[in-house]
Amino acid sequence: MAKTQVTMTVNGAAAEGLVEPRTLLIHFLREQLNLTGPHIGCDTSHCGACTVDLDGKSVKSCTLFAVQAEGGDLLTIEGMAAPDGTLHALQEGFREMHGLQCGFCTPGMIMRGYRLLKETPEPSEDEIRFGISGNLCRCTGYQNIVKAIQYAAAKLSGASVKEAAE
Amino acid sequence: MNAITQSKEERAEKLQGMGCKRKRVEDIRFVQGRGNYVDDLKLPGMLFGDFVRSPYGHARIKKIDAAKAKSLPGVLAVLTAADLKPLSLHYMPTLAGDVQAVLAEEKVLFQNQEVAFIIAEDRYVAADAVELVEVEYEELPVIVDPFKAMAPGAPVLREDIKDKTDGAHGKRKHYNHIFNWQIGDKAAADRAFDKAEVTIKELISYQRVHPCPLETCQCVASFDKIRGELTVWGTFQAPHVIRTVASLISKIPEHKIHVIAPDIGGGFGNKVGAYPGYICAIVASIVTGRPVKWVEDRIENLSTTSFARDYHMTTEIAATKDGKVTGLRVHVLADHGAFDACADPTKWPAGFFNIVTGSYDFPVAHVAVDGVYTNKAPGGVAYRCSFRVTEAAYCIERGMDILAQKLGMDPAELRIKNMVRREQFPYQSALGWEYDSGDYHAAMKKAMDAVGYRQLREEQKAKQQAFKRGETRDLMGIGVIFFTEIVGAGPSRNCDILGIAMFDSAEIRIHPTGAVIARMGTKSQGQGHETTYAQIIATELGLPADDITIEEGNTDTAPYGLGTYGSRSTPTAGAATAMAARKIKAKAQMIAADLLEVSEYDLEWEVDRFRVKGNPERFKTMKELAWAAYNRVPKGLEPGLEAVNYYDPPNMTFPFGAYICVVDVDVDTGVTKVRRFYALDDCGTRINPMIIEGQVHGGLTEAFGIAMGQEIRYDEYGNVTGPTLMDYFLPTAVETPKWETDWTVTPSPHHPIGAKGVGESPNVGGVPCFANAVNDAFKFLGSTHIAMPHDHWRTWTVAEKLGLHG
Repeated sequence: MAKTQVTMTVNGAAAEGLVEPRTLLIHFLREQLNLTGPHIGCDTSHCGACTVDLDGKSVKSCTLFAVQAEGGDLLTIEGMAAPDGTLHALQEGFREMHGLQCGFCTPGMIMRGYRLLKETPEPSEDEIRFGISGNLCRCTGYQNIVKAIQYAAAKLSGASVKEAAE
Repeated sequence: MNAITQSKEERAEKLQGMGCKRKRVEDIRFVQGRGNYVDDLKLPGMLFGDFVRSPYGHARIKKIDAAKAKSLPGVLAVLTAADLKPLSLHYMPTLAGDVQAVLAEEKVLFQNQEVAFIIAEDRYVAADAVELVEVEYEELPVIVDPFKAMAPGAPVLREDIKDKTDGAHGKRKHYNHIFNWQIGDKAAADRAFDKAEVTIKELISYQRVHPCPLETCQCVASFDKIRGELTVWGTFQAPHVIRTVASLISKIPEHKIHVIAPDIGGGFGNKVGAYPGYICAIVASIVTGRPVKWVEDRIENLSTTSFARDYHMTTEIAATKDGKVTGLRVHVLADHGAFDACADPTKWPAGFFNIVTGSYDFPVAHVAVDGVYTNKAPGGVAYRCSFRVTEAAYCIERGMDILAQKLGMDPAELRIKNMVRREQFPYQSALGWEYDSGDYHAAMKKAMDAVGYRQLREEQKAKQQAFKRGETRDLMGIGVIFFTEIVGAGPSRNCDILGIAMFDSAEIRIHPTGAVIARMGTKSQGQGHETTYAQIIATELGLPADDITIEEGNTDTAPYGLGTYGSRSTPTAGAATAMAARKIKAKAQMIAADLLEVSEYDLEWEVDRFRVKGNPERFKTMKELAWAAYNRVPKGLEPGLEAVNYYDPPNMTFPFGAYICVVDVDVDTGVTKVRRFYALDDCGTRINPMIIEGQVHGGLTEAFGIAMGQEIRYDEYGNVTGPTLMDYFLPTAVETPKWETDWTVTPSPHHPIGAKGVGESPNVGGVPCFANAVNDAFKFLGSTHIAMPHDHWRTWTVAEKLGLHG
């Protein structure tokens, strides 16, 4: 099948590649850019394991063609930690609050949490639960994921994270 | 500097040993997207495999024409049964003593069964080629109802074994019959029923569900023709068993097979078995000489690899008028699908279903299980439970509620009256188990006090009256259960898989600097083994957990073990870890005695050191002893400091717990809302309370999914309806209730550290607790038993049938 050139910004750096028009964004990220943090869990947009941030929105990269991201600005889990390796508040929160077990949903969940906190910096518990309801987790029962996002919200707003941890 | 200035408590705390809420080691890579799952693997020249699957539940294959598929650019080959047959690989043995078709030969027996395997340059081309394979079928009559499987004149499903009168577990009564398994004293149980003052009888069905981990089953097989060696990376809960099976099937010597289970994205029983995809990927790699990746999509996962449950339990309890149970009889009709691929220990075709007497002191009991073939996917795995234990818990806990209703007793009171008492442990159950330890009454009391059980019942009574007066359309249900699990298979006298005893193992190596690598025969799929096993070693050896690397899943380096399922890791490999550490400690003690120039008997252990009794300033830390082990060992002692232990547990462990749930049901919409869920778990010694709580949250959420919505349904034509996440209920954060957790600690007397295992308890206890709560809501209106799943539609239907909609 004929291939098309795509160019986009991924985690702050220029990225390009040749893709078929039908190539899914998730496959472009995972197989051509070797960004294997976003995962494939369902192929039908339900599980959210493939969630990445595109132009200021959470998107499920299994349901976009790579060509639809042409010229876009993408952030994946691989771009979340600071260049010096310092974890983002969400990454730290997930570990501190035991917000993950098998780790398969985690990259998508963190990316969704990232956009959620941009949209709603001080979310209520119900807002968090609704805000992540497009991302499925089979291990944690969500309770500690909610706490992890609360931890990050507190940290990002400069409040004491200790309170969130309790 | 290590010295004496730090108190014993400070030093102990620094180790991050057992009992502390140690943060997980695994998380560092997972939160950065640096996990290493199977589909992340990319090898030079790697090909992709994909299946052509049957659209029919039961049909004869008239013709397979793969010419168009083969001519598609990028397609290397199309495998069918005809290609596998000369290699005797068109069927593979199952763990249950049956065979399963790898690629269908003459017939397909369930929808989505594997018919042909495409090998192509990439996954898109493989998927295109699947569409180009033309298969001609002749449809045959379908059996989807297990109750019709053994009817006279029923369609013959398994032509390959139709004349076989003996199955893997004795005589077969019918060509669609698999086995009849019985346990207990039938005559004594019958006598108890003849004399009983009160009896109940109910068909309690546990619907077909699927574990549905977020990562599907997948593998990469790579055969090196020059070396004659096969490497398989896969989502394997039991990598060593997979290696042995691969060797037996492929005839490649076992030392030339390398099986590697990297990070696994959840298992819950789905990843115990061997599936046609693994065999086809291996064959494809041998044929092409290139690595071959096979990755299930979600539909394939839900409709082909391993269902769970599908147990239809006719349950009878005999009791006295004042509520003392006197006998239990259960007959189970078990739907095993088209091939008997149940993942149970060899001698246990119904798993440990004979834990069905539960937490109650039944003087006599009898269980009979008949397994039958139907036109459904094979499997029968333990979805987040020990073998058939969740079925047993659901059966007895529903049964006890139905009995309480008949007696007009409170269900908690009935349970308390019949629970095994503390002084009865070790307790011999009527169906052959020896429960190791428990204090059921204390746990039940703690749970009832915590939720204010009496007040809840008062509130419920007031609500029921208000409902009858027409003042509310809400019903309130209180679910109360007390479960006993049986985990940690198992003693080799009872349990084996394909003849391999179900021990497990640990190997610990202490390096000269006191850093450690330890490897186990189990395999974490999210349970946090890299964190918790290190805590066991830290406490046993006085070395900081942060200096201990835990490695699992590589059959070349890890000692042989039977894997992780049935909550067996802590009871078996956890025990092996403690025992191996103790071997090391014994050697270290000899080295310490030599260095301190005292007798070994003059030394005592304190946190991280051996010190001279009565002279605590003279000591050697474990770190110092590690160095000495590579530097100056006493005469006659080998250098080095490492040990292996293969632990064959003397008994299984019996975790237990008391769960209470409150639901509100809107009779006009069928919507149920879990107002409160309290879970008290006793898993013996607690290694990491944070991880235990996480396991309980997750298990309860899976239980919520099963009880309130999950079902793999088949229509009358054998179509599996809705095997996608659009239809199959996985709770989101919005529906999932908030969990309250609590605990008591009753150590296992036979386990080296007293731990029992916890991962599956919340599923075992959770399912009947939700079900009892929904049933309890309708009980006062005359309803006896409502079948799962309690989705809104079914709940509305119940209300409709009870005439509540006017």
